[in-house]
Amino acid sequence: MLAYIFRRLGILSVILFGSSFILYNLAAISGDPLEALRTSSEPNAKQQILALTRSLQLDVPPPLRYFLWLKGILAGFTGHIDFGKTRDAQLVSSAIATAIPTTIRLVFLATITAIVLGITIGIVTALRQYSRFDYAMTFVSFLMFSLPIFWVAVLLKEFLAIQFNNFLANPQIPIKWTIGLSIATGIIWAAVISGDRKRVWQIFGVVAVANAALLTLLSVTSWFIKPGLGPIVVFGMSIGIAYGVTQLSTGLQNKAALRSAQTMAVIALVLYYPNQWLFDHHAGWLLILVQLVATIGIAFAVGLKFAKIDRAPTIRTAAITGFLIGIITLLDKFMQTWNPYMSTDAVNFRPIPTTGQVNSLLEPGNFWFTTLDILVHMILPTIALTLISFAGYIRYSRGTLLEVLNQDYIRTARAKGLNERTVIMRHAFRNTMIPLTTIMVVDFAGLIGGAIITERVFGWIGMGTLFNKAINSFDLNLLMAVFFITASLSVLANLVADLLYSALDPRIRAGKG
Amino acid sequence: MARKNKKAVETTTQDGGENAIFNKETEGLSQGQIVLRRFVRHRGAMTSLFVIIGLILFVFSALDQKIGPIKVPGWWHYNTEDLPELRSDGCKEGLVGCPTFSLRPKFLGGAGFGLGEHPFGQDDIGRDYFALVMRGAQRSIMVMFVIGIIGGTLGTIIGAISGFYRGWIDAVLMRFTDFIITIPAIIIGSVVGYHFGNLGVGFLAFYLGLFAWTGLSRLVRGEFLTLREREFVDAARVAGASNRRIIFKHILPNAVGVIIVSVTLLMSGAILLETALSYLGFGVVAPDVSLGLLISQYQDSFTTRPWLFWYPGLFIITIALSINFIGDGLRDAFDPRQRRRITKKERESAKVVTKAGA
Repeated sequence: MLAYIFRRLGILSVILFGSSFILYNLAAISGDPLEALRTSSEPNAKQQILALTRSLQLDVPPPLRYFLWLKGILAGFTGHIDFGKTRDAQLVSSAIATAIPTTIRLVFLATITAIVLGITIGIVTALRQYSRFDYAMTFVSFLMFSLPIFWVAVLLKEFLAIQFNNFLANPQIPIKWTIGLSIATGIIWAAVISGDRKRVWQIFGVVAVANAALLTLLSVTSWFIKPGLGPIVVFGMSIGIAYGVTQLSTGLQNKAALRSAQTMAVIALVLYYPNQWLFDHHAGWLLILVQLVATIGIAFAVGLKFAKIDRAPTIRTAAITGFLIGIITLLDKFMQTWNPYMSTDAVNFRPIPTTGQVNSLLEPGNFWFTTLDILVHMILPTIALTLISFAGYIRYSRGTLLEVLNQDYIRTARAKGLNERTVIMRHAFRNTMIPLTTIMVVDFAGLIGGAIITERVFGWIGMGTLFNKAINSFDLNLLMAVFFITASLSVLANLVADLLYSALDPRIRAGKG
Repeated sequence: MARKNKKAVETTTQDGGENAIFNKETEGLSQGQIVLRRFVRHRGAMTSLFVIIGLILFVFSALDQKIGPIKVPGWWHYNTEDLPELRSDGCKEGLVGCPTFSLRPKFLGGAGFGLGEHPFGQDDIGRDYFALVMRGAQRSIMVMFVIGIIGGTLGTIIGAISGFYRGWIDAVLMRFTDFIITIPAIIIGSVVGYHFGNLGVGFLAFYLGLFAWTGLSRLVRGEFLTLREREFVDAARVAGASNRRIIFKHILPNAVGVIIVSVTLLMSGAILLETALSYLGFGVVAPDVSLGLLISQYQDSFTTRPWLFWYPGLFIITIALSINFIGDGLRDAFDPRQRRRITKKERESAKVVTKAGA
């Protein structure tokens, strides 16, 4: 195994060496970084040319200069990686260091959302193969495949940001919209749950009426101006989460798991006001980290308390429930921050921005304001990226699950008399996740390269923007740094994916055959 | 004994009621006929096929075309070079060059059903937007096909050679593939653009095709690796068939499903790649026209003149969506495991048949 890994790493470094050498020379002959200065009429143009030549070592011919660059990269083994300097005499490594967090912020949430949403929908469509919902989702996923992201981005800017901000000036949902949205949600839920005709109509009716009532309530109370959940709603949602997570994770007949999940919801209710106090007085990432650790600790204790045998599933259920309730509590806090945030001069009641990564006019200091500011700036790019990338996950998870459901071991599981939940969640879902995991690894690595177009449309400065800038200004060192990082990550991710596959699926052995 | 056997046969036919339906359908048909039948049955794919063929005819016949020295006139009365006057009558206040396309009849207060002078409106300097969109769609479709053909051919050849011969040839070719994957096509584009100037859309499609084959070649290689171990290949080899004959007569026809499906997907990806590159300024550049370039030029005018933004986007989506659906239909048609939904009626009639048979 170890020998296999080393052999693969050896091949990878040879490939990286070859492609970086070729790319360096191609990029070097693709343009003259001094062109603008040569024709410039500035009095000190000559000195600038000399300075730039010295700092970028332009007097060395490109094939040799590549080895100077490579020396800097190889110094990474001793801990002092040197990517050289950009045209503005800035260190490339510092430009990269500021770009990478931005890119991760941009793509991480979008990818997670796309994966969760895509796999969920994919599984539902596979379980309801050839249903109306399946056909509708197939169409939607093909539509998403066919959308250019810049086109989606402009639509989102117009309809989600500008129109929504206009709507906030007078947050009354028109009756037309209430009816339309209620019918739409009714149709979606009826299609997802499905059943015979009577049941479909019942579901449709209940969902549509409930949705209409909710929208009217939100509209009447001007909820969009002053949103919030409050302890009662948080508790109600927590109980819902407790039942949902238990059903998916162990099944409702496991009383120990159900009780521990319910206990987590009650604990969250009891701790609601202490949490609010903590939020107000000790705001910061440290607090959230501490709360996360505490949640897992409590879940562990609760799980141990209720489970006599078979403790792991109970603790797992309690922990997942606690984590989700924690997210709801945080969301509630952000909703409470919404109104004060909107009223600041910097935002001025137009909270959804169309470009940029932070609002530079916002006064720093308030943790909740700055975090909410980052979050609202992430809304549009995240939705755009999610929309175009989750279709792939729908198709892939649907196909894989359908294939798994045809396997003999699924028939065996059913023949043993296991209930459908166990068959799907334990036998089918886990096996579906094996190929999906390897795809996710490769996807994540690919995303560090940045979403060039998304960054440009939404005015973010990440890796994609650096790449774009490097090409347009013939900035060789910057270009090579971006290339080197993305290329190494992507080849490494492929290796990790292969190893992961063989670790997850014992039938496949990396390095043999 | 005989009775027992008969019973066993009966239960299998009842169990395999679905199989019976499928077997009945495919009786006496060749593989190609089965695939064709399945494809024709896929409603989405057939609709898309008609849409794309219609669209290609519509788009390519709209404007004047130069085929060598011969000039074929188009049916549309404007060309991309024409500069008609910017009209403002009928537009909302302060707007010029709005679309004259109208579906609302006169008695409902509309302008009546008709195309009008400029159905898609006019751009900043008054050029007819319909003509521009047609030219852009022509470019996009052409790029799509060129990338599909070049990428498909290269991918098939490289994948087939490395999967069939294995050993060091495979190792070299696959490392070469890895190597191509790591090089961003944009860089090559900018190098070429710097040294040779703008070589036009045909060249753009050509070099993009040179980088688009990697995924396909891996798929084809995998397919060849499994197929070459099959019994029919051994049989052919024992019978004295040459490598060339085995590849072209025995393996390639079996791999053609995978190839066709992934080439379709490659093509739908290609159209988005072209629009994305043009949007960034590395693809088709002005004064030439492409759908991505049009969107990129007019994205800021969405609030005031939305038609400049809607129409190119709708054409991109229509083309890509149709190609995707055709790919899906082909995948279903070529996949022997793929089962279509059996209607109640067929199930009933199958039951009747088995009962009558018993």
